[in-house]
Amino acid sequence: MIEVQNLTKRYGRFTAVDDVSFRVERGEIFGFLGPNGAGKTTTMRILTGYMPATDGKAVVAGFDIFDQPVEAKRRIGYLPETPPLYPDMTVAEYLSFVAKIKGVPSGDRKVRIKQVMERTRIAEMSGRLCSKLSKGFRQRVGLAQALIHNPDVLILDEPTAGLDPKQIIETRQLIKELAGDHTVILSTHILPEVSQTCERVVIINRGKVVAIDTPDNLTARLRGSETMYVQVDAAGNDAGRALASIPGVTRVVESDRRDGVVGYEVDSERGQDVRRDLARAVVSNGFGLLEMRPMRMSLEQVFLSLTTEESEEREAAEAPQEALAND
Amino acid sequence: MTNVLAIAQKELRSYFASPIAYIVIGMWALLYGYFYASLLQFFVRQSMQMSQFGQQQPVNINEQMIRLLFQNVTILVLFLMPGITMRSYSEEKRSGTIELLLTSPVTDWQIILGKFFGALALYAVMLAVTLIHIGVLFIYGNPEWKPIATTYLGLLLFGGCFISVGLLISSLTKNQIVAFTASFGVFLLLWIIDWMGSFAGPTVNSLLTYLSVIGHLEDFTKGVLDTTHLIYYLSFITFGLFLTAKSVDSERWRG
Repeated sequence: MIEVQNLTKRYGRFTAVDDVSFRVERGEIFGFLGPNGAGKTTTMRILTGYMPATDGKAVVAGFDIFDQPVEAKRRIGYLPETPPLYPDMTVAEYLSFVAKIKGVPSGDRKVRIKQVMERTRIAEMSGRLCSKLSKGFRQRVGLAQALIHNPDVLILDEPTAGLDPKQIIETRQLIKELAGDHTVILSTHILPEVSQTCERVVIINRGKVVAIDTPDNLTARLRGSETMYVQVDAAGNDAGRALASIPGVTRVVESDRRDGVVGYEVDSERGQDVRRDLARAVVSNGFGLLEMRPMRMSLEQVFLSLTTEESEEREAAEAPQEALAND
Repeated sequence: MTNVLAIAQKELRSYFASPIAYIVIGMWALLYGYFYASLLQFFVRQSMQMSQFGQQQPVNINEQMIRLLFQNVTILVLFLMPGITMRSYSEEKRSGTIELLLTSPVTDWQIILGKFFGALALYAVMLAVTLIHIGVLFIYGNPEWKPIATTYLGLLLFGGCFISVGLLISSLTKNQIVAFTASFGVFLLLWIIDWMGSFAGPTVNSLLTYLSVIGHLEDFTKGVLDTTHLIYYLSFITFGLFLTAKSVDSERWRG
């Protein structure tokens, strides 16, 4: 549905997007993850035809965005970071205008407007001026605007930014509902959002693709070993040695100790399930097993390890460009 | 065409949804009414004096009142037009709605033409206000309608030139005050560009005279439709819109 090849965007000497390539299949929710200024917005602006790329190719819904911009744009719905509302129009007038310029046939306009207003739950606001809407409603009207021409591809730039927790959950739910009929690309710098909504993620840092995978694979890939947390009632005895003697266990670290209760982090070889052995070892040695759970590397840690590694390398190689890295 | 119309409609709507249309039209009507009243007084006194001195030749209302009136009108256009065009692109850029327009399946030209015709429509509304006063002259006198018709055509084209320059300047900045001031400056310069002509050589003189945007209106107010002036105005407008298209396009590349 979306194919991006070697996309590059330079502003003078600053490279905002550097040789980015990826594919998004039909019906997928694809996440763009990266710190602020990583090039997410720039990539999205290129995909929507807002600005041309310096180099590379982007095909959206079968149309090259540079060669056939109008055809491609017909199939794209775009919600920029700030919803592009006209403050002096009412919600209904605004959606009617957008429907016109997005090429919705005049006979279908009324029905479409009604549908998207229901879908984004803004029907009760239809007579209100856009300038009088709260942040949450502005965002929803922005989403309604992106949906009005029933596009194949939805590109959403930080759709949950600035919303309250309830609205965030609603918006995520809505995006998930949309995924079946539409291909969705969304950007965010909030990590849980990606693991909750996206099927695949691309992590971008300083304009470069750092990783593309499913959220689960990303977290798994970065784990060199499996780690378990085991809490035992050791009553002063050394349970750590007993755990370390189990085959497959590579390392045991005592992580906390309180009133005779000791917590251990137990690393084991990858792909080897040592849970049964751990439990048996604890119990057969006469300790009380209070807690045992796998320790997963969260996406946060994945993200940090990926992006900091990368930036450390780069900082060593060239002068820092923090000031320019705003998107 | 539908797209151009949709954008023109939206532009016109937004003029009337904000105070701009009311201020501009109100000021226009006030000042125009003042010009009209004073010129009418002047004309009445003149024609009375003429008849007192027993002049045989009747006074001509077209020549001695309406033409002067429209000369004053052009000055109003100079002052008020920047107020109309200053926001057209600047406001969209500032509020981010330009992202909606540029990512919609419309071409740059459709957007520009939409904005142009939207502003031109507002200007046409302003000109329509002046028709009322002219109508009064038809009730109490018998002016010739042909020179009046050509004058309106000329004024429409003349205003179109200002709109095209105003759009260009508005597309260059996010700041409406900057757009207003720069537009006014450029309009005024285009107005008086032939002043230096008399001090320059014949080639430069004729060039500057040709460039002066006001000189070409002269024949229209006399009731003469000369293709030279039509071509001048139409090519002026086209060139202004062309530069606006280039400006919008280059803005894209620069981001």
